[in-house]
Amino acid sequence: MAMLKVAVWRGAEKGGFQTYEVPRLASQTVLDVVTHIQRAIDPSLAYRFACRVGVCGSCAMNVNGRARWTCRTHVEKVAADGQLEIAPLSNLPVIKDLVTNMEQFFDKWAKARGRFTGARTRDDDFARVMPDSPQRRHVDAGIECIGCGVCYSACDVVQWKPDYLGPAALNRAWTLHNDVRDTRRVERLVAVAGDAGCHACHTHMSCSERCPKQIAPTIGIAGLKRAAAAAALDGEL
Amino acid sequence: MSARAQTLLWLAQRASAAVLALCVIVHLATMVYAVRGGLSAAEILSRTRGSYGWFAFYALFVAAVAVHAPIGLRSVIHETLGWRGAPVNAGMLAIGMALALWGLRAVLAVFA
Repeated sequence: MAMLKVAVWRGAEKGGFQTYEVPRLASQTVLDVVTHIQRAIDPSLAYRFACRVGVCGSCAMNVNGRARWTCRTHVEKVAADGQLEIAPLSNLPVIKDLVTNMEQFFDKWAKARGRFTGARTRDDDFARVMPDSPQRRHVDAGIECIGCGVCYSACDVVQWKPDYLGPAALNRAWTLHNDVRDTRRVERLVAVAGDAGCHACHTHMSCSERCPKQIAPTIGIAGLKRAAAAAALDGEL
Repeated sequence: MSARAQTLLWLAQRASAAVLALCVIVHLATMVYAVRGGLSAAEILSRTRGSYGWFAFYALFVAAVAVHAPIGLRSVIHETLGWRGAPVNAGMLAIGMALALWGLRAVLAVFA
């Protein structure tokens, strides 16, 4: 049976790669490989997964140096030479092995005011938002984010500036900025503008290239830059 | 520094970059054109001295540099060294003023 050579990060912030031999199977995903190691070779390996079908976003890891969903990454696409290197996501503290602490990632969503605040009550009629309106189209382009952290791991600016809000939080802010029902537009712009916010983005576009949902946070961040600049000139910020 | 101030700094850097793009092209094209026919320094100076057009152009060039460079340097320092806050801002203001003064001194030298 053909075997894969798999180097897996073991430890926390300090640690090293340990190599395992895993049977190569048809239609095998990287998550299958990690699961095999944990179940058949070394039960002490820590990793995170839930749905296994690209819905929950919890199994993201660095595979051969690139952040990916392991459940939706086929071995044949990333291990042409029969070798894999699997590491925890970058830019996040490692708890153990392949498990990162996502706390700062989600705290930044809160900092970017990533929560909807409306003005209507249950007694009011539904808000009518035209599907072809420019705002709704902007929302559609970014709303499918499931918070997997792939973009955050791929972002150079997060690496350089640990307080940078990051692509996912800013993408969320952009979708809410374009939600015509939301009432905290200016507060949100204040939260996302400046050195730790949208204006720190260098437009490297790694987030857009790596997003498994094909979302382009770079476009949303550029939109926030323009919106914040216009608000600053209008004296709203 | 407030979100508004940070945003205006970003806007100033973008606007100054647009000015610089134009100024650098005009400057380089003029230099290439001026030396092509073998103009001497004295001949070039005879064209720039008393020319309010060239004075205005290079004064704008210097102003754009004085705005653009310190804002960019502030970001570079923040990202590479992690330094931020009032001391860095004051340092960048000083660099901007020094660039403006030295630049205008050079502009005046070829105008007056």
